[in-house]
Amino acid sequence: MSKQITIPFGPQHPVLPEPLHLDLVLEDEKVVDVVPTIGYVHRGLEKLVEKREYTEYVYIAERICGICSFIHSQTYVQGIEQIMGLEVPERAQFLRTIWGEYSRLHSHLLWLGCFADSMGFESLFMNSWRLREHILDDLEATTGGRVIQGVCKVGGVRKDIAPEKLDEMLKGLKGLEHELHDLTNVFLHDSSVKNRLRGIGKLSSEDAYYLGAVGPTARGSGIAIDIRETGYGAFGKINFKPVVEHDGDCYARCAVRANEMFGSIDIIEQCIKKIPDGPVDMKVTGAPDGEYFSRAEQPRGEVIHYIKGNGKKNLVRHRVRTPTFTNIPPLVTLLKGCELADVPVIVLTIDPCIGCAER
Amino acid sequence: MTYLAKSPWIFHYDASSCNGCDIEILACLTPMYDVERFGIINTGNPKHADIFVVTGSINEANREVIQNLYNQMPDPKVVVAVGICACSGGVFRECYNVAGGIDKLIPVDVYVPGCAARPESIIDGIVTALGVLEEKRSKNIHSKVVTDHERPERHNHAQGGAQ
Repeated sequence: MSKQITIPFGPQHPVLPEPLHLDLVLEDEKVVDVVPTIGYVHRGLEKLVEKREYTEYVYIAERICGICSFIHSQTYVQGIEQIMGLEVPERAQFLRTIWGEYSRLHSHLLWLGCFADSMGFESLFMNSWRLREHILDDLEATTGGRVIQGVCKVGGVRKDIAPEKLDEMLKGLKGLEHELHDLTNVFLHDSSVKNRLRGIGKLSSEDAYYLGAVGPTARGSGIAIDIRETGYGAFGKINFKPVVEHDGDCYARCAVRANEMFGSIDIIEQCIKKIPDGPVDMKVTGAPDGEYFSRAEQPRGEVIHYIKGNGKKNLVRHRVRTPTFTNIPPLVTLLKGCELADVPVIVLTIDPCIGCAER
Repeated sequence: MTYLAKSPWIFHYDASSCNGCDIEILACLTPMYDVERFGIINTGNPKHADIFVVTGSINEANREVIQNLYNQMPDPKVVVAVGICACSGGVFRECYNVAGGIDKLIPVDVYVPGCAARPESIIDGIVTALGVLEEKRSKNIHSKVVTDHERPERHNHAQGGAQ
């Protein structure tokens, strides 16, 4: 046996926009053990429910993470609405679904870009981010914000989208779909990308299940879990199928995300065609009394918001379980046995979002 | 300032930001805003950098990392606090693990407000920082080594810096 050495990876690392710290134990070039350390982004925002009213707290919930921001606020308000028994207008549910899928598109394009950067494919990184700007333009035009939207509120949404704008978005998505095909074609069929990804970082479906993998990490290993199938928001009225790959390697996880973008475009198109007329919000009085586990599918997987109120303006407890947090044990398994040079690529395939994971 | 004499390299660290400002900084580097056409490159190494861009506020775990990264940068150096969290703590200022803006730990030259800060305002902040950088260079101003006196030293195996 050769001598073991420990190499720190992070918290500041060129490939990570965020601080995740891993202690990699190496034998020659092979990783034999990984010790993750988190806590660099911990703010303790769950405790702020004691200082903010439950309606005000939507802003904080949205700022748990700047990438999955809209879906965090949606999950939180869904929990409150369930406790209070509110029947949110249907148009608001459809609008939430449209914005949620736009967030997924921008998050997946962001990830594809960062992923290309991690394997040194700079032009692919730039192209992914160029396409992402089209998504952000639509988000900004309809909500007013690029990355933090602030349109969700208890009892509905703050803004409506005019029918003309919906038609324009539909046309824009058609054009984007064409460009996305060109982009994903490189990710899925380019030989240099395939050589970097095929057979690297294998996660068996048993491991994915027992270690609690969620989202694209689980779906890349053949486990078809997608919380959108529970029918929250307007998903009950939309036809869609979760994208599943069976190889469990880096390529499979990349393929899940690349193909999911087309699923998102399809969902948005269906929503725009089916969206009913009517109000987008309702008057809310009183305060939540009770508890609820609210679940939603984020770009990175299942997110759970636990909300408990006692009939006062301030909630008693708010607890978030984010997809990145549950994807860290699978990450440790993935890294054991890999080469040091593959570590950045493998770390990125779980799409780590440390802002979410540490809150 | 009408032209840039040198290519300033920026160096970004996410203190305890929500990612919103971080992805906007990355967006500045990509084709829509493209600051690389001015020679501005995002480097991963503090020893290569002129401008330290920090997002998010200070907490117990990252104060040593920020300090370490700041001290590693060569003179002249400029610090840009991007986003309201880096300026003052923002919506998280009352959280138990948020100590406040970056200026409680290291000297900040330019503040870029916003939640999340827009790419236009980040670029504006970086351009303002270039003026400060030029001034520091011409006056030969040396920054002091920052040490955290508020807390007793403790063992921390996590060292900042390029690997």
